[in-house]
Amino acid sequence: MLAMPKPISRADVAHVARLARLRLTDDELDQFTPQLAAVLAHAADVEALDVTGVIPTAHPLPLRNVVRVDVVRPSIDRAAVLAAAPNVQDGQFRVPSILAEES
Amino acid sequence: MTEVIEFQPGWELIVGLEVHCELATKTKMFCGCRNEFGHEPNTNVCPTCLGLPGSLPVVNGSAVEYAMRLGRALQCTVSPSVFARKNYFYPDMPKDYQVTQYDKPTNTAGKLELPDGSFVGITRAHLEEDTGKTSHQGGDGRIHGAESSLVDYNRAGVPLVEIVSEPDIRTADQAKAYVDELRKIVLALGVSDAKMEEGSMRVDANVSVRPVGEPEFRTRCEIKNINSIRSVGRAIEYEAKRHIALYDVGEKPTQETRHWDEEHGRTRAGRSKENSDDYRYFDEPDLVPLVPTADDIARIDAALPMLPASRRRRLAEITGAAAADVTLVVDRGHDDFVVSVVGVGADAKKTLTRVENDLPPDQPITLAPQSFAQLVIMETAGELTATQAKQVLAEMLENGGDPKAIAAAKGFEAMASGALEAVVDGIIAANPADWAEFVVADDKARKKLSGFFTGQVMKATQGQADGRAVAEVLARRAAR
Ligand SMILES: [Zn+2]
Repeated sequence: MLAMPKPISRADVAHVARLARLRLTDDELDQFTPQLAAVLAHAADVEALDVTGVIPTAHPLPLRNVVRVDVVRPSIDRAAVLAAAPNVQDGQFRVPSILAEES
Repeated sequence: MTEVIEFQPGWELIVGLEVHCELATKTKMFCGCRNEFGHEPNTNVCPTCLGLPGSLPVVNGSAVEYAMRLGRALQCTVSPSVFARKNYFYPDMPKDYQVTQYDKPTNTAGKLELPDGSFVGITRAHLEEDTGKTSHQGGDGRIHGAESSLVDYNRAGVPLVEIVSEPDIRTADQAKAYVDELRKIVLALGVSDAKMEEGSMRVDANVSVRPVGEPEFRTRCEIKNINSIRSVGRAIEYEAKRHIALYDVGEKPTQETRHWDEEHGRTRAGRSKENSDDYRYFDEPDLVPLVPTADDIARIDAALPMLPASRRRRLAEITGAAAADVTLVVDRGHDDFVVSVVGVGADAKKTLTRVENDLPPDQPITLAPQSFAQLVIMETAGELTATQAKQVLAEMLENGGDPKAIAAAKGFEAMASGALEAVVDGIIAANPADWAEFVVADDKARKKLSGFFTGQVMKATQGQADGRAVAEVLARRAAR
C-alpha cells in the first residue's frame, strides 16, 4: 500500500506561489493552505487505489505519433508582433534586467 | 581495473558533458516558422512559438526522425517518448515553459567511441525546443549589471537534441575529443550544421574533482557559455584547478552554474541552479506520445551512413596503420578515395602517405582512383622517384591526365632506366680523382663520397634521379 503523503504545509504553498510568481499575503497563505490540502486529499483518494497492471496514461486521447511535414509556413508580420509588446527596441522585445528578477 | 588518470598529483578530474545540437530542419519544432540563422530579429515567429493564447503545437516529423537517427548513431535505445513542460520564468521563453522530454526521452543508454578507442557513455539524447536569444544592454555589457535585455524569438522553438554524457570523461583532451567526435557524427548524419561559433552546437560541462581512490563524486559545477572546442578544454582545466585550490585550503566549491569568460580565461558564478523539482515538469497536454515501431528503427538503422569510428577502423585495417594515424585522412573525408585506390591494386601504405601529404587537405578529391593508383604503382615499382611522383601528381591535380603520359611527357620514364646510368658515367668521368678515391674507400668514406656523386647527379638531372638508384649504379661501377 502507498503511504499517505504528508499534508501540504504553509511553507510549501509559499514556495509554490513563489515559483509561479504569485505574491500572496499572509492572510491568503492561511486561506489557501487548507484549500490546497483539501484538493490534495482528494488526489490521495485516487492514489489509494490499487493500480497494479494499469499502464500509465500519458494522454487521455487515443492518439500517438501526430506529426506534421517539415514545410515552411508564413510567419506573421513583425510590426503586428511587436505592437503587442509593452516595450520595443531595434525590432526586439525590450525587457527589464534579467538577473535582477531572480530572487 | 582501469588505470586512474591524475589531473594533478592525487586528484582525479570528473567531467560529464551536455551538448545541445540545433537540428537542421526547415521549420521549427512545433510550428512552420523557418528554422534559419541570421534573419532580422523576430521575423520568423508565429502565435505558436510566441506562446500566444489559443495556439497549439504540432510536432515536426523531420525533427523526430533526426533525433532518432542521432540516437541510433550513438548506439542508444530508442523508446516511446512523451513531451513535458519545464516551467520557468525567463524572457527567453515566451510561454514561460520549455517543451522538452523529461522522464521519457527518445534516446537512452548509448555510447560514443573516441579516436583513441575509449568510450564515453551517453545517458540520454532528448528532443526539445530552443529558447529565444537575449542580448544584454547597459551596465558593462555583460550579463551582470545589465539594465535591460533585448529578446529575439527567431530561435525560440528551433528543434534541439540535447546529448547528455555519463560522467566518464577524465581529461580535458578527452572532453575536447568527445565534442569533436560528436560534431563529426552529427555532420556525417546531416542532422545539424554543428557550428559552435553560430551557437547551433553548444556545450555545457559538469566538472568536479576527487582525490584518487575516493569512490564518491564530489560537488560539481556546470560551466556554460563555452563557445569553441578549445574553450571546452580551457574551461574544464580552469574549473578543476579552482576546485582543487578550494579543497587545498579546507574549503569546498558550491554547486552552481558558472559562465566561461573567454576573454579573461576564467569561470564566473552565475545564477544558482534551481532544483529540477522547481521546474515542476509535467506531461505536455497539447502533445501526444511518440511511439516508434520496430520497423521505424530498422529503417533508420539501415539508412545510417558509415560513421567516423567505422571509417577509421576500416582504413586502419586496409593500410595496417594505427587508428590514430588515419584520423587525419578520415576527418578530411578522403578515406573512401584511399579505399578505392587500394581496391585497384595500389600499395595501401604508400597510398595513405601520398593522400595524406600530397593532396589538398580541404578539398574533395576529383582525381579518378584509377589514375591515382597508376601513379602509386609506378612509384612503388621504381618507375618514378618520390620527387617525380610528386611532380606528376601536381600536374594531374592541375590539368588532369594519365600519370603514364605525364611522366613520359616530362621525360621521367627514360631517366629511370638507361639514362640514369649515362648521367652517372658522365659525372664519374668528370671527377676522376674523386672516383678513384671512391673505388678504394671503405664503407664509411664511401658513404661520404657517395653523397657528393649523388648531389652531382641530382644537379645534372634537376632532382629527377632516384637517390637509391644512383647509389646502386655507383656501387655497380665501383665493383667492376
Ligand atoms: Zn512559429
